[in-house]
Amino acid sequence: MTDIPMADVRIDTAVLSTGPKISTSGGGSLRADGVTAWFGKHCIIAGVDMDMPAGSVTSIIGPSGCGKSTFLRTLNRMHELVPSAAMAGEVRLDGVDIYGAGSRPALMRLRIGMVFQKPNPFPTMSIGENVLSGLKLAGIPCRDKAEMTERCLNKAGLWAEVKDRLGAPAGALSGGQQQRLCIARSLAVSPRVLLMDEPCSALDPSSTKRIEETIREISSQVTVVIVTHNMQQAARVSDYTAFFLADKGEPGRIVEFGPTGEIFNAPNDPRTEDYIHGRFG
Amino acid sequence: MSDLGLLVETARPLPQPRVITPGLTTGDKVFRFLAAAAAASVLAILGLVALFLVLEAEPALKVSGLKFLTTFEWNPDGTPAHFGIAALIYGTAMIAFIALVVALPVAVGSALFVNEYAPVRLGRPLVALLDLLAAVPSLIYGMWGLYYLQPHLQGTSRWLTDHLGFIPFFHTTRPVFGSSMFIAGIVVGLMVLPIVASVTREVLSQAPRGVCEAALALGGSRWGMIRSVILPFGRSGIVGAAMLGLGRALGETIAIALILAFNFKITTQILAPGGGSVAGLIANNFGEAGEAQRHALVAAGLALFVITLIVNTVARIIVNRTSKGKMED
Repeated sequence: MTDIPMADVRIDTAVLSTGPKISTSGGGSLRADGVTAWFGKHCIIAGVDMDMPAGSVTSIIGPSGCGKSTFLRTLNRMHELVPSAAMAGEVRLDGVDIYGAGSRPALMRLRIGMVFQKPNPFPTMSIGENVLSGLKLAGIPCRDKAEMTERCLNKAGLWAEVKDRLGAPAGALSGGQQQRLCIARSLAVSPRVLLMDEPCSALDPSSTKRIEETIREISSQVTVVIVTHNMQQAARVSDYTAFFLADKGEPGRIVEFGPTGEIFNAPNDPRTEDYIHGRFG
Repeated sequence: MSDLGLLVETARPLPQPRVITPGLTTGDKVFRFLAAAAAASVLAILGLVALFLVLEAEPALKVSGLKFLTTFEWNPDGTPAHFGIAALIYGTAMIAFIALVVALPVAVGSALFVNEYAPVRLGRPLVALLDLLAAVPSLIYGMWGLYYLQPHLQGTSRWLTDHLGFIPFFHTTRPVFGSSMFIAGIVVGLMVLPIVASVTREVLSQAPRGVCEAALALGGSRWGMIRSVILPFGRSGIVGAAMLGLGRALGETIAIALILAFNFKITTQILAPGGGSVAGLIANNFGEAGEAQRHALVAAGLALFVITLIVNTVARIIVNRTSKGKMED
């Protein structure tokens, strides 16, 4: 894949036109090429190639410690925040390497948002302030704050529950509500891609269901990559599934990657079949 | 079904809470006694100090009464002798204030640098170095302030009075700039800096990492993260650190005794020679004090004791109040 000179210009306008509506271009395409990541001398993942097409939902499954989260964090340059972290390979957003010379990590994270395992709303801010916090952090002006707040909370399926108490502290919400608030907050900056690192692992079943619905809804506007331990969840929400596995003392690698239906119904690799049917991991 | 169950439950009278015995082992009992004794001794020492101060100060307070706190004159040789520490309380507060103005921004800045910007290999030695500063005896600071800093701050003082003289504090009537509250305040500021920086750094390092990552993952810069997460989180801790520094600055003695040209006037001209502090007064005069003056000095000490108690109590209230919105990780 070669650099497309026009691509950079196109993304910039997408980011800047954060006006009244979220970009409906179907998200950005994300491509990992030989991504390898280390903490110090310890190699966590090696040679991961993965194509996450625009507007698709890709799930990453695999046993604990196989490098799923590390891989996810290389996709928006969160990995490098840990001292001693290193990476090799390329991650291309709409064809442009996000680790390329002159690319700013903060701008890349603005385009490739992230929702974490543990809900982490800003505790000193109100619910409403949380939704708009990304715009404030990135210095993006917002003309109609009320409309933006309502739209993002609607997308995250939280509006009905909080519309009468937008000024209340975010910490007063339940875990599931906090997580949906975090999704709303991520959507407010109109990312091209949204990375989700086990977003439901700390939540009860009904909150999980709400978030899965949200993922399906937003997938038409933003490319989603989700790490999950829940096989049913991967099967329900994703178009593509990647199965990661790390042999003892070895870095994690992709065992199999393909359309979710194929991975779950007719996997090529016996290890995938074993994992999906709970025979190890 | 469950409704019915609830009805039946509430219809029955509530039982009395059972008595639960803690069941301590002998080892626990011995240790509990030792720990309780240690805790009690802290209270006892505080009480004894207060008792000593009150008893020793009483003769002086009996003579001067409230005038001790409201008048300016310190005249142990007059007939009758007169003691008033109003100017000294003002000077103590002013020097402590200058010290905090100097120390707090540097402390917060260095704490943020070490925590958020410095590479690990640089951060560790920096922390050690900062703590080392705290271990330097105040006498050394005082001498350094007197012989090195004082001459070098003349230019700063002159500039301040020339350009910011319209602010009362920077106004001077005579262009003499040594032995001033300004210089004493800066030296004390440098002395309290390490403790303030160390506490601030500790508090700010407790900011929940998950929330910090959220700010960065939203496309925020480091500064954006600091402003939106770390500083709001650490606000109460910074206030606490500042109050801790204030407590030290109020009690600082040697550096002030060395630098300040003692007088007993209240003046806003902090750049000019003169000023006073309660602790400095005691250090300067205790050695050659006669009976009457000694009681008066102890009374001054009592005043300082009460002031520090008040500062610490206020600090605790502020910290408690501002930490209500404290975040969890």
